[in-house]
Amino acid sequence: MNEPAEFWRTAMRKGMGDTAFLRALGGILEGYAEGRGRIRLPFQPFLVGNPDTGVIHGGVLTALLDQACGMAVGSALRMPAMIATLDLRIDYMKPAQPETDLIIESECLKIAHEVAFTRGYAFQTTRDDPVAIATATFMLTPLDALAQMEKR
Amino acid sequence: MELLARAGEQGADPNALLAAVPYCAWLGLFARIEDGALILDMPFDPKLIGNPVLPALHGGVVGSLLETAALVQTIWETGAATVPRPVDITIDYLRSARALTSHARGFIVRQGRRVVAARAEMWQEDAAKPVASFRGHFLLG
Repeated sequence: MNEPAEFWRTAMRKGMGDTAFLRALGGILEGYAEGRGRIRLPFQPFLVGNPDTGVIHGGVLTALLDQACGMAVGSALRMPAMIATLDLRIDYMKPAQPETDLIIESECLKIAHEVAFTRGYAFQTTRDDPVAIATATFMLTPLDALAQMEKR
Repeated sequence: MELLARAGEQGADPNALLAAVPYCAWLGLFARIEDGALILDMPFDPKLIGNPVLPALHGGVVGSLLETAALVQTIWETGAATVPRPVDITIDYLRSARALTSHARGFIVRQGRRVVAARAEMWQEDAAKPVASFRGHFLLG
């Protein structure tokens, strides 16, 4: 079996989110189905970006939102494809509370032929009171197309 | 923060600032000055992987490096006494980020009284082939 196909199957089984970096951050995959994803990130001191306030680094939110949005796409796909982030916009609505878990929820809005559109929400209480909102777009490469590209 | 005040001074070592920020230290970021420009380096580490097949760095790692480059540049140029707060950011992913050392440089596009518009570029082996670009706004004070 070729490596990308095996990767895709494994990724699907594990929830598309079992990446080394998410594990290193300590993120926990809580849900993953039908175009939606949910990750919990327990607070840890090494995530802090502002030592004065204890607020976590914006890059941590970027990582979680990127991952959650990618998972939403993965769970919505009907055909195996590699998913690559094309662009990601994040609006920081308010600072995250220090020493408090973060929850990330994502939804895939649309899967077009080669592109998928998503939204992601980071919050600590309810989704109506977000810390950050993301809009992310992904390029899709079907695995058979990927195999063709590798041959060339 | 005293460190921050010093980071904004002429000739200050931005590595003192990076070392004081837990997440930056954890990512393994270092700063260097090349021809007067402040450049951040991020050596490859297996924990930074987002796609093991290619293999490629996680999109969030790329975003973290870029946001930090824009932020450190802003602190370095403005002498901000508190860490500027991001309002919004956009990252364009141009090429897959490989399992290599990454570099990033930030630029201030416009400095207002309350807000800074900044951008940043990330590259790996070839500075002429950017891996990702960033733009965003930061609130001062």
